[in-house]
Amino acid sequence: MKKNKLFISGDEAIAIGTKLARPHVIAAYPITPQTIAVERLSDMVENGELQAEYMHVESEHSAISAAMGASAVGARTFTASSSQGLVYMAEGLHYASGGRFPIVMMNANRSLALPWSIYGDQRDSLGLLDSGWIQVYAEDAQEALDMIIQAYKIAEHPKVLTPIMVNIDGFILTHTYEMVEIPEQEAVDAFLPPFETPNKMSFEEPKNMGFSSQPIDNTEFKYQQDRAILYAHKIIEQTDAEFDKAFGRKYHGMVENYRCDDADQIIVTLGSICGTTRLIVDELRNQGEKVGLLKIRYMRPFPEKEIQELTANAKAIGVLEKNISFGYEGTVYTNVNSAIAKTGKRPYLKNFVGGFGGRNISKDDIRKMFTTLKTQEKTENTVEYFNLNVATDERR
Amino acid sequence: MKDDNTPTAPKRITAKNMTEKEFFYGHKACAGCGGSVAVRLALKVTGEKTFAAFPAGCMAAVGFIYPQMAFRNNAIITTFPGVASMASGISVGAKALGLKGYKTVAFAGDGGTADIGLQALSGMIDRGDDVMYICYDNEAYMNTGIQKSGLTPYGTHTTTTPAGKNFPGSKTQKKNLFEIIAAHDIAYAATASIGYPQDYINKVNKAKQVKGPSFIHVFASCPTGWGSPTHTSIELAKEVVDTGLFFLAEYENGSFKLNKNPKAFKDIPTYLQKQGRFKHLKEEDYKLIEEHRDMKWERMRRNWKHS
Amino acid sequence: MNRPTKQNYQRPTHIDDFPVGPQFEAGHLADTNAGWRTFKPVIDHEKCINCLICYLVCPDGTIIKTETKPDVDYDYCKGCGVCAHECPKDAIEMVKEQR
Repeated sequence: MKKNKLFISGDEAIAIGTKLARPHVIAAYPITPQTIAVERLSDMVENGELQAEYMHVESEHSAISAAMGASAVGARTFTASSSQGLVYMAEGLHYASGGRFPIVMMNANRSLALPWSIYGDQRDSLGLLDSGWIQVYAEDAQEALDMIIQAYKIAEHPKVLTPIMVNIDGFILTHTYEMVEIPEQEAVDAFLPPFETPNKMSFEEPKNMGFSSQPIDNTEFKYQQDRAILYAHKIIEQTDAEFDKAFGRKYHGMVENYRCDDADQIIVTLGSICGTTRLIVDELRNQGEKVGLLKIRYMRPFPEKEIQELTANAKAIGVLEKNISFGYEGTVYTNVNSAIAKTGKRPYLKNFVGGFGGRNISKDDIRKMFTTLKTQEKTENTVEYFNLNVATDERR
Repeated sequence: MKDDNTPTAPKRITAKNMTEKEFFYGHKACAGCGGSVAVRLALKVTGEKTFAAFPAGCMAAVGFIYPQMAFRNNAIITTFPGVASMASGISVGAKALGLKGYKTVAFAGDGGTADIGLQALSGMIDRGDDVMYICYDNEAYMNTGIQKSGLTPYGTHTTTTPAGKNFPGSKTQKKNLFEIIAAHDIAYAATASIGYPQDYINKVNKAKQVKGPSFIHVFASCPTGWGSPTHTSIELAKEVVDTGLFFLAEYENGSFKLNKNPKAFKDIPTYLQKQGRFKHLKEEDYKLIEEHRDMKWERMRRNWKHS
Repeated sequence: MNRPTKQNYQRPTHIDDFPVGPQFEAGHLADTNAGWRTFKPVIDHEKCINCLICYLVCPDGTIIKTETKPDVDYDYCKGCGVCAHECPKDAIEMVKEQR
């Protein structure tokens, strides 16, 4: 079968993935670097390629609010944001997951002010890890497109009914071009049936939604929400396998194991930097080093079991993230460290933090990280700001 | 059935002929709640196929306490700033799914409308979404315990504008909410009061015919927040109109119309003294309130159609 | 049925019996409001002219239209007294509840 390939940006891949998923309603507010995605979707609605209602909301808060309203009557919905917009939406993010609205959103990972920066890091989405959304991080435009399609299938599963945030790195993925294979609409339709749910307002069975619960019931609703997102683990794997069958591409579910099996040193990371890390792993492997990449795809649900298994025999593990929880360490590291600690093993662990506000993470940075892991360099702090360009000693 | 945005003269709905069905029932609102009257009557006009949206606030708090679900029609609680946007989403979602014959109604209090919800409401009207928005105005944030909102009138004692030696209570006048909404060139907007229930019903019925956004600002008493006896809720909501401190008007086809233009106003202090929230007011405050009323009426009579 | 009535509600004992997310059957009442009342409205059908003002202004919708003169749903009346106060014929009396 002839494959349809296009040379497109990550934002455009998101737009095409969304179009193929046939949402009824798109509600979004523009923010750099998400804009191209919503511009392309607007084009598609204008030219009739996409039969959807595009809502020109006046803010991100209203974007998620409108998406929830549409979802509450059983519509398939899409929204997209980034950075300041995402945190402006924060109230709605918690509301959407608690309301069990299976909304899919794209987040272009971008730095948070202050200082202002339109460029990438992952502090926006990682700061909202507790908002009850399934969070997935794509490495490239192809994965971004495919994940939008998979996301609807996972989110709308009756035992999941949880919104999903598909994260792609701002500019590095949103604005760079690559060859992307475009699935056939028919194949997507077969893979992703129309959204059906009994949990909606209808005239046949009118509902009161978004109610308040008293202390006697509230914990049960929160437990139920937690159980659903934990259950998504299984649906994520199942969906990825079905996707592979239908489209011939797979992403290995929760994490990707890239040469970790016999690795002594492993870098655990997420998003587009996996691409660079993969290159360095190959380079060092060619030099005889036993190194590997553990690519985290889902931060929620968290791939605890997978991380425990893949790091079981490693001597040193570095967690690389464009994020810091000020006053402690990177959130990804906190999660990974917790998973490993539960095994009782104590390998050498290091948290590589950097790449803020669009600062490049170079191949050399990653080579150095593997060296640190190999030499198990003793440092005062677990956290290492690997690409600070200045002296940081206390001045007298 | 007309498809354009011109409100048509609908069949008059009265107490005699309105549906005996109750859509807002068994709720836990305080006895004598004026907001409940506004919501209850509106739903009886919009009927079975209504999607109703309520932001966090009194009506949400009293109507949706699991497992006590007080709305017989489809209803949902929204975020506090998000009632207009969620109602928009419901309306647009239902349209995209091909549903027919439904009406989406957003109900919010004065704070949820004139303050935190104003941006989303402006967006909803701007987009032309098919939603009827009803603001029930009890002149303060009641659900959180009587704090000042943008529609709290001058001289009101609230828990954040305590009246004392230095302050007369609230120091600001009500925002001109009705005019702000009309400035969007909305197809239909009106003010009403539960003290004039038939007028309110007529306006809801008129708004129901509008395909697109419509807006009603209805004055609704709150015995708990006002320190007034529960049985006086309707009386006070009538008096506020008769004193000229609130007005009944419509905005249609680009022009304003006063529905009620009293020759003489009823006595302001008599109205105010019936409520604990105004008990502290002095002569000079009454004077200020009266001056503001007269300024507003002079302007309305000069610029708006009236009898 | 014009008004919902109190249902026999049993709190679920298994997590799967809870609604999925905060959504539930519209108009499901698990409780009445009768206990709120200190005074109850009693309509004197002799004086009543069936103008239905009480019906219109009741915050709880507990005045019931009938073929002749209105009745009260005492399960949900909170006894606010608005109906009695607004009645143009003084046909409604607020009577102290005997408990």
